[in-house]
Amino acid sequence: MIELKNIDVTFTDKKETIEAVKNVSLSIKAGDIYGIVGYSGAGKSTLVRTINLLQRPTKGDVIVGRHNLMDLPPKELRQARKKIGMIFQHFNLMRSRTVAGNIAYPLRGTGLSKQQINDKVDELLELVGLSDKKDTYPSQLSGGQKQRVAIARALANDPEVLLCDEATSALDPKTTLSILELLKELNQKLGLTIAIITHEMQVVKEICNKVAVMENGEVVEEGDLVSIFTDAQNPLTKEFISTATQIDQALDKLAKHPTLLNLTSEDVLATIAYVGESTSSPLIASLYAQFAVTTNILYGNVEILQETPIGNLIVVLSGEERQRDKAIAYLEAHDVTVSLLQHNQTVFAFNKKQVG
Amino acid sequence: MTEFMQTYFPNVLNLQDEIIESIWETIYMTGWTALFAGILGILLGVTLVVTDTNGILAKPRLYDNLDRAINTFRSIPFIIMLALIGPITRLLVGTTIGPTAAIVPLVVGTVPFYSRQVQNALLEVDQGIIEAAEAMGSTPWEIIFRVYLKEGLPSIIRASSVTIINLIGLTAMAGAIGGGGLGNLAIARGYNRFQDDVTLVATLAILIIVFISQFIGNYFVKKTSH
Repeated sequence: MIELKNIDVTFTDKKETIEAVKNVSLSIKAGDIYGIVGYSGAGKSTLVRTINLLQRPTKGDVIVGRHNLMDLPPKELRQARKKIGMIFQHFNLMRSRTVAGNIAYPLRGTGLSKQQINDKVDELLELVGLSDKKDTYPSQLSGGQKQRVAIARALANDPEVLLCDEATSALDPKTTLSILELLKELNQKLGLTIAIITHEMQVVKEICNKVAVMENGEVVEEGDLVSIFTDAQNPLTKEFISTATQIDQALDKLAKHPTLLNLTSEDVLATIAYVGESTSSPLIASLYAQFAVTTNILYGNVEILQETPIGNLIVVLSGEERQRDKAIAYLEAHDVTVSLLQHNQTVFAFNKKQVG
Repeated sequence: MTEFMQTYFPNVLNLQDEIIESIWETIYMTGWTALFAGILGILLGVTLVVTDTNGILAKPRLYDNLDRAINTFRSIPFIIMLALIGPITRLLVGTTIGPTAAIVPLVVGTVPFYSRQVQNALLEVDQGIIEAAEAMGSTPWEIIFRVYLKEGLPSIIRASSVTIINLIGLTAMAGAIGGGGLGNLAIARGYNRFQDDVTLVATLAILIIVFISQFIGNYFVKKTSH
């Protein structure tokens, strides 16, 4: 559906040149909800703006549907843009028009009669759940409502693609969720292909099926959501994921208050990670049954991503050292990743493999 | 009442017709100038905004030249402008005397100021909205008429109201060198012939015109702001 090939975007100032996007190639398939994450300045916003040529790449090809947008003359480019909806962080609604006026804006000059435009506006308002706000001005709407109007406006010309440029970044967590749910619904109901730019891994986790992570204008890692969450290679990706699972914050807290752990020489601190089928509780129960190792769960986070459960636990394993080793081997044999953790408590010294 | 007028405003009573005529001349000059300068100013203001480096029809060379021309014209004191473009006025109107002739320098004096005001008003339109319109496939014309001018309307009206008040000031100056109107009345009658009551009435009349324009401006600003 969307194919970006070797995209370079270079901004040239009098004094310096900035390479905002460097040789990025991405392929977004029809029906995908594709997340592009990165910190501010990573170039993700510039990248998404190349998809409708709001930002013309210095080099590269932008193929949306059947067209290479780079080859289109202005008139045809405008036609192509009508089929690429876009929503923004600050909604960008026109203050001088009512909700209905904003949604009708892109419909003028499309050959629809006044009545048809009115019907279409009603239909779109119903789709985003704002039928009662038809004649309200944007200044009277909340952020979430404004974004709903922006979504309705973006969908007015029945696009196949929706670009979201930090669309939820100005919204509170609850409103963010409701907007994401709406996007997911549109994806399923209309078969809309969605590209989402965000700095929040939570957003990606919530609705994306594919992710690309950007840093310094480059895509450093890319893949489907579950494999990125379970098998990230790049340190930046790992950092983003840990912000979403909050396992790092939990470890930080434990590290600051080691006495909370009350560890003895029989205990080790470890993180346990598992994906999908390997559900934790029977395994943990069998650790005691088979090896007399008790497992104390200090922190747990279980996500369901694309219908696959992903668990991250922080546990204390207690038992004789030999038995503990057997238990760990048993877990690993069941596709559970176990990492032993160092801690500041000076009860005993590690002599087994230590993972920081 | 008549007694009061005769005591304090003796000259005003004798000049009633002339005062009424002067008021009409001032309104006549203001109205036509506002119309011509309004059209030219909006045209130039829009041109400035869209041809700017980040504009939707970026033409940096055109922008720079226009920008400089406007700055230059704005720097010429109006009283000198009146004399300076006398020949052009004569060419266009056939004379340099009277309210119709005054319209030419008034337009030249008002357009640079007003186009700057319009430019600033349009720059207040959120760049994000322009971008959204571009993303929706709007043509540059649509963006100018359906976004810039519509979104910027309250600011343009505010700017217009300021400009008209300014313009009324200029008509008085033009009047002093033969344009007619209340400025002429105040100077030719009131000042030169020591008829202070005439000056006072001319001032009051100008103030009333100013207040009315301001009131109309505010009304429309309110009506168009949402």
